Amino acid sequence: MAAINRDDVAHLARLAHIEMSAEELDRMAVELAVIVDSVKSVSEAAGEDVPATSHPIPLTNVFREDVVGHTFTAEQALSGAPDAYENRFKVPAILDED
Amino acid sequence: MTELKNELIHHSAADLAAKLAAREVTAVEVTQAHLDRIADVDGQVNAFLHVNSEEALAVAAEVDAARAAGGSAAEELHALAGVPIAVKDLIVTIGQPTTAGSKILEGWHSPYDATVVKKLRAAKMPILGKTNLDEFAMGSSTEHSAYGPTRNPWDLDRIPGGSGGGSAAAVAAFEAPLALGTDTGGSIRQPGAVTGTVGVKPTYGAVSRYGAIAMASSLDQIGPVSRTVLDSALLQEVIGGHDPFDSTSLTDPFNDLVAAARVGNVAGMKIGIVKELHGEGYQAGVENRFNESLQLLKDAGAEIVEVSCPNLKYALGAYYLIMPSEVSSNLAKFDGVRFGMRVLPKDGPMTIERVMGATRAAGFGDEVKRRIILGTYALSAGYYDAYYGSAQKVRTLIQRDFDAAFAKADVLISPTAPTTAFKLGEKLDDPLAMYLNDVATIPANLAGIPGLSLPGGLADEDGLPVGIQLLAPARQDARLYRVGAVLESILEEKWGGPMLAQAPVLGSATTTAGGSN
Repeated sequence: MAAINRDDVAHLARLAHIEMSAEELDRMAVELAVIVDSVKSVSEAAGEDVPATSHPIPLTNVFREDVVGHTFTAEQALSGAPDAYENRFKVPAILDED
Repeated sequence: MTELKNELIHHSAADLAAKLAAREVTAVEVTQAHLDRIADVDGQVNAFLHVNSEEALAVAAEVDAARAAGGSAAEELHALAGVPIAVKDLIVTIGQPTTAGSKILEGWHSPYDATVVKKLRAAKMPILGKTNLDEFAMGSSTEHSAYGPTRNPWDLDRIPGGSGGGSAAAVAAFEAPLALGTDTGGSIRQPGAVTGTVGVKPTYGAVSRYGAIAMASSLDQIGPVSRTVLDSALLQEVIGGHDPFDSTSLTDPFNDLVAAARVGNVAGMKIGIVKELHGEGYQAGVENRFNESLQLLKDAGAEIVEVSCPNLKYALGAYYLIMPSEVSSNLAKFDGVRFGMRVLPKDGPMTIERVMGATRAAGFGDEVKRRIILGTYALSAGYYDAYYGSAQKVRTLIQRDFDAAFAKADVLISPTAPTTAFKLGEKLDDPLAMYLNDVATIPANLAGIPGLSLPGGLADEDGLPVGIQLLAPARQDARLYRVGAVLESILEEKWGGPMLAQAPVLGSATTTAGGSN
């Protein structure tokens, strides 16, 4: 497996929506390379015949009756929002229009 | 009032419940004693991010009124009514802020209560406040809290463990008789070990996760923090049970835990030493206390067997792929839109994407960023099968190893953590060294099985607490309480009292320890 480098970290940070300074990218690339190296052996541990476990205690899908239960009022839902307008979350431009 | 208030803080939750029921003390007195203790020592310990005095006293007063009224109002009170509790600040509460130890949620108030909090309210247990943690529960030392580290009551220059260092330290410092924690890779058990307290990670699904801010959904579990094994059993019975708001919640009853803690013998039980969970990499003093506990259990009539779980060598690696993958997804919601902080970029176009980037850069600390990036990497196209997919297969192998081990033993035993509490700052710049603290606790989360840590004595070389971990098969939490309570009682007999009686005295009231006045 390829090692993780500074360009990878910059790309991943963009995907994860975390702005990073040049200094932060340098440091993170070094730290993550060490961590990724230490977890490499996992990819060789299990053969193809081993099934994956996504949840520790197997449960089949859980359904409930399709009836209206508890819901928040608009006021409650917006109570922690950084900005709101007429019962809606208010955000800056969604599209990059210059 | 037959006792001095400050002595009340040294009682277990079970003893306080008995005193309250016998009307020897009032719930207001018990709650006020703990609030006074918080005021006295929390400047040193920093276990609490928020103290909830007014509401806690109001709930205590309701309990006292019900008891004074007698009749059905008194009879309907829960056994733990009036026994105060602290709640890890990862668990949401109406009426108090919830920060998750992060700047991104500073000042945020949840519009709903976690299911476990609803259950505490139904039992009328006064909530003393919210305890400190590593940011979003990511860490083993509470040094990753945005609000400063919690300090270990045994040595204020040392870590109290993490992520639930606040809950463990609060209980160890007699600021609360009980607390709630969350355990994703050891965040209840490892702080328990290094602070000389008891901590339990129940079977995955035994306690509802609804309202615990998710870190890694397939690993997270809420559980009890206390000073005695019986107290943890009492608390797990309060908070456990099926919850339709958590689709991974189990429908099995877990109502035999307190009874198990009171069985009082281990004769004929098979206790398995896991070959891979002690020895090399474990501090000598930890290993000595571990061996001593084994001998004591053997003397008490248990049969000690050795088992091997060879795939545990992959556990840490699998955990550091699965956990960050789930983290990267769970933490995507902290984007400056619906709740918490919003930071605008200093210059350039003001788009929502750039606002998210600036908000998450300013709101998250280093460890959270590291794990989000690592998770994003492990889930990226081309790496998914090799990383996340392989780690999920390792999970299966580890479950199979535990199945084989539990065919030979009723419970498994190991040290909880490889070392005693290290100094604040010692491992902060070395993430990998920090991760190794959880090497013995992570396997239980990967397999979904329950684990309990209890005090096993002090290490010879540094005089600091050592934790003993017990593991049981899924749904067999009762076995942990049975064996844990027996080991605790044998050890306390040997020490001549609880281990915490040997901890240094904190705060201004130096006469409180041992009730010497």
